[in-house]
Amino acid sequence: MLIKTKKNYQLSEQQVTDESVYHARRKVLKQLGFLGAGSLLTQSASASPLDFFSSKKEVVFQRQALSFQQAKPNSQILTPEAKVTSHNNFYEFGTSKGDPLENAQEFKVNPWQLSISGEVDKPYTLGYDDLFNSFALEERIYRLRCVEAWSMVIPWVGFPLADLIKKAAPNSRAKYVAFETLYDPEQMPGQKSRRIGGGVQYPYVEGLRIDEAMNPLTLMSVGLYGKTLPAQNGAPIRLVVPWKYGFKSIKSIVGIKLVEHEPPTTWNRLADNEYGFYANVNPEVDHPRWSQASERRITTGGLLARNRIATLPFNGYGEEVAHMYKNMDLRKYY
Amino acid sequence: MPASTSVVNKVSFKAVFLANRVLLLKITIHLMSLLPLLALYVLAFDDQLGADPVKEVIHFTGMGAFNLLLISLLITPIAKKYRQGYLLQTRRLLGLYSFTYALCHLLSFLAFEVQFDLELFLNEIIDRPYITVGMAALIILFSLAITSLASLKRKMGKNWQKLHNWVYLALLLIALHFFWSVKSDIVEPAIYFIIAILLLSQRKDKIKRWFK
Repeated sequence: MLIKTKKNYQLSEQQVTDESVYHARRKVLKQLGFLGAGSLLTQSASASPLDFFSSKKEVVFQRQALSFQQAKPNSQILTPEAKVTSHNNFYEFGTSKGDPLENAQEFKVNPWQLSISGEVDKPYTLGYDDLFNSFALEERIYRLRCVEAWSMVIPWVGFPLADLIKKAAPNSRAKYVAFETLYDPEQMPGQKSRRIGGGVQYPYVEGLRIDEAMNPLTLMSVGLYGKTLPAQNGAPIRLVVPWKYGFKSIKSIVGIKLVEHEPPTTWNRLADNEYGFYANVNPEVDHPRWSQASERRITTGGLLARNRIATLPFNGYGEEVAHMYKNMDLRKYY
Repeated sequence: MPASTSVVNKVSFKAVFLANRVLLLKITIHLMSLLPLLALYVLAFDDQLGADPVKEVIHFTGMGAFNLLLISLLITPIAKKYRQGYLLQTRRLLGLYSFTYALCHLLSFLAFEVQFDLELFLNEIIDRPYITVGMAALIILFSLAITSLASLKRKMGKNWQKLHNWVYLALLLIALHFFWSVKSDIVEPAIYFIIAILLLSQRKDKIKRWFK
């Protein structure tokens, strides 16, 4: 008798959730009952018990296929696309992990303007098409470690931030790079309402030191899983800094400015004892409210997946980046 | 003849309903508490609960425990105001379900979040203030659940009520636990805090007496 054992990455057809069912799971939970189930408040602004009766059709954000140089095969198990695109911290579209998928479907990314300015000799602006045509696109499979102690493995498509900066010819005063997300309360409900946006001061801003920005690992991503970015993942262009906690990887960027002094960053501004400017992944330095020594890797497998793994210094990218911090006390500069 | 039978039927239906209203309420509470919990675990084991079923399970059971506790504490003021004494008989069941949800919350954290890394589990309870207060609240709920047995209640006499007054402390600890656990979105925990304070204010005479 032939006994076939399946590896856990070999999914069968029946394990694949139909997309419509997958997207309806919150609704299902909400309808289960109200005693234990429903919180006293509705979870998101748009949800109401009456939604059940309306036949509003979900608008699906359009994504295009990209041409790029594919990444070399990699032994890491990827996080399934459905999970990468439904578990997002993008407070501009709501603070629950599923809110961005729900609320960002009508987000307009074309036309778009990304300006590169500040301490540069040749400031310039990229339009929507330029984001995909100006630099050679390549695929990079990176681990993403969230400060909340979960992680994913994601095949991004993009180009090195260094390419974009070099084109602007930075001058000698360019010591830091400041990034800014789109500010458009009409499109981003979290910017309009404190309740939806979690009390964050908008627009979201982030920053890197110039050597971090020029590091070959630092990616400007315009796509994932071979297609342009979904809105909830930061379309049309976002930063990916794989050795830092996820909140450094700012989404839907409209401004990149080279500056002389360390720029303010959103989460640092909100709670500077919890989130530093550097935010390098570091198992030795705990978040004040939880341990950073290990993480849960989100792939497949439901509740019983044994997915808790040790967190690596610099998220496992120490060889490429540790040299930039060799004389720094990383407990102080967390 | 038919008319009179229907009147008889109506009356007897109402009488049956009134005679069994506590039972009916209890059945409703059982269904509305147990079914979501069962569905939650079935969906989560099958990876049908979003990208991170662990987080969903922990949030759902935590909020469920809090909601059930709030409802159980709402019963007394409502029963007093509308003179519906029979409602008081549902408090124990609601309290027990609140404890059940809270226990699922802790066990899911142990089994699925830290995945039986006992050292990490104990360190998190001791080192993280928001988990410490949550644990304290669970210990209170645990002692209330055990002593809800009728025989124990009789044996404990006056001490029973003294012990069960600790539920108000548990309520405040849970509200704090929720408030402390969020990253920045404090609106929802703030509203819960206000509801908790309103429920406590319904008992302000009782609470004042303790401090005299």
